[in-house]
Amino acid sequence: MTDTPTTSPVSAAPASGGVAPNGVDALRAEHIAKRFGALTALRDVNLRLGKGEVLGLIGDNGAGKSTLIKILCGFHKPDAGRIFVNGEEVTLRSVDHARSLGIDTVYQDLALINELSVYHNMFLNREVVRWPLLNNRVMRRQAKAHLADMGVNIPDVTVEVAKLSGGQRQAIAVARSVYSDAKILLLDEPLAAMGAKEGALILDLVSDLKRRGDVSIIIIAHNYAQVLPVCDRVNLLQHGEITLDKRTSETSAEELTDLVVAEYRAARRNRQPS
Amino acid sequence: MSDAVQVTTETGASPGPPAPAASPGWRAGLRPVRSAGDWFLQRREASVLLVAVALMLYFYTQRPDVFFEHSNLVNIAQATAPTAIVAVGIVLLLINGEIDLSAGVVAALVPFLFYFGVHDYGIPVILSLILSLVIAAGFGFVNGFVRTYFGVPSFVATLGTFFAIRGIMLIISHAYPSPIPEEAKGGFQKWLGQGEWSGLIWALIIVALFHVVLTQTRWGLHTISVGGNPVGATEAGIRASRIKIGNFMIASTLGGFAGLLEAFRINTIDPNIGGGTSLIFNAIAAAVIGGTALAGGSGTVIGALLGALVLAELQNGFNLMQFDQNTIFLITGIAIVVSMVANQYLSRLRRAGRT
Ligand SMILES: Nc1ncnc2c1ncn2[C@@H]1O[C@H](COP(=O)(O)OP(=O)(O)OP(=O)(O)O)[C@@H](O)[C@H]1O
Ligand SMILES: [Mg+2]
Repeated sequence: MTDTPTTSPVSAAPASGGVAPNGVDALRAEHIAKRFGALTALRDVNLRLGKGEVLGLIGDNGAGKSTLIKILCGFHKPDAGRIFVNGEEVTLRSVDHARSLGIDTVYQDLALINELSVYHNMFLNREVVRWPLLNNRVMRRQAKAHLADMGVNIPDVTVEVAKLSGGQRQAIAVARSVYSDAKILLLDEPLAAMGAKEGALILDLVSDLKRRGDVSIIIIAHNYAQVLPVCDRVNLLQHGEITLDKRTSETSAEELTDLVVAEYRAARRNRQPS
Repeated sequence: MSDAVQVTTETGASPGPPAPAASPGWRAGLRPVRSAGDWFLQRREASVLLVAVALMLYFYTQRPDVFFEHSNLVNIAQATAPTAIVAVGIVLLLINGEIDLSAGVVAALVPFLFYFGVHDYGIPVILSLILSLVIAAGFGFVNGFVRTYFGVPSFVATLGTFFAIRGIMLIISHAYPSPIPEEAKGGFQKWLGQGEWSGLIWALIIVALFHVVLTQTRWGLHTISVGGNPVGATEAGIRASRIKIGNFMIASTLGGFAGLLEAFRINTIDPNIGGGTSLIFNAIAAAVIGGTALAGGSGTVIGALLGALVLAELQNGFNLMQFDQNTIFLITGIAIVVSMVANQYLSRLRRAGRT
């Protein structure tokens, strides 16, 4: 696959997953719904991620982006809907199950264990073992190599994660997924705590993966201008549905911002008179 | 290690200031230490060790005639062992963010199960021992299941099983002691508690084993993860319920084993061994004095052993100094509170070091 999927006619209307252009999608979700008690987080989400594609997922706070990601990685079970990985329908039983299908996640909350060292965190639940013991030497070496490779500034992989800065912690969470050999990466706000340089570093990493062509990525971000350059497509999640599916070349950060803000202004106007 | 330093210089050479946590002095301070986490744990254990040694010296100055006598050392060892063994399970659970109040009554029940197995059912002693421990593990499973499946806090769940198991024990024993079955006498009993040092040896084996489990295996890492960040651990795909249930089973089994050792040591199966609250409370106290926080995510098995030793020394030493038992309770209580405060203070210091 090339890094630019075949152009597909995308309408501005709510795209129901778009048109699958080049055969099989890496990941496809149909009619996903999720409620938390009385709260409907996702109503009817249709989303597709082409092979080798980078999809930007945007939306307001509380729109349900993280919920969607957690459904796609096996953490939450959807109340309704179907999920396809490489064209085959799957019922994700657990995070481990999704991992075995090549799906890996950087969670918004990072899922780091403060009490454990950097390298144990990088191999969390994927530990290298020489049964029955951990093979710490190998994990230390690989963790060091990966972080150095990424250009991340972590002085010592044996320190507890609790002692690191927010950006360093985020880098570890990202490195953990990127080096997991996953074929589908779900990145929930991987840039949130990053400085300009470190953010660029992670975006470069995403671009590198894209160039390799065999990794498909969903990336959630609030800073549209920052992520758009690496995205092939952008989806907007609103009211529990994907309300916009556009190729990056056909939109801009300004347009997306306007869309999101306009909706808010309209809602506010409607609220105020009453 | 040298590799770590390499990474440091590499990244340090890149433009832009390094993150605030990575000040050079901080790094240099850590360089000789293999792992910062280990270092803190060791330091925590070291402070308990210091207390244990200081107490020893103090009591020696008070009673130089008897304190280091063979028989007195055996006394201390025998008081340390069961507390330490139960405390190992408690440490695992505290790290998990849980507690087990029932392990002490499991210690009282299991010797009876063993006795009935051998005496009433003619089961070979080894098999009966294993069976009774399997049943102990079963009680642990129930604790863990009630905790994880129904979401009942473990303090409440195991308080319930504490009373229930105590009831079972009193019913099947008719609240009367039983003898050690003839078949178990001899070498079997000697090795399992009756021998002067056998209890302590078992305690040391168990502590060593679970120290390795905690620090060098996936089980240990996942135990720490589930206690330190339950949501994060689950997001990483760790099955928190499985880890917790497993640790409840370990705690219960260790409780049962400690009970067997005690029964063999005193040569009778007494419904009051740990049937009250002293064994479990001592074990929790040992864990806490040893430096395990109740907040979850961290703890040390070796510290718990030292905590059990400190408790045994306090009891023994003040006994020798002819303090009455009520005063000893008071002193032990103060010791626990002081070590709690010290723990709290230390962990605040540690957090401060984190920046
Ligand atoms: N485990 C949960 N239990 C109950 N409600 C939840 C849970 N997780 C999310 N929600 C609710 O679902 C809605 C969507 O949350 P979600 O975290 O998916 O939003 P988001 O789009 O990721 O927002 P943000 O940009 O702030 O991260 C919110 O109203 C949130 O309160
Ligand atoms: Mg979110």
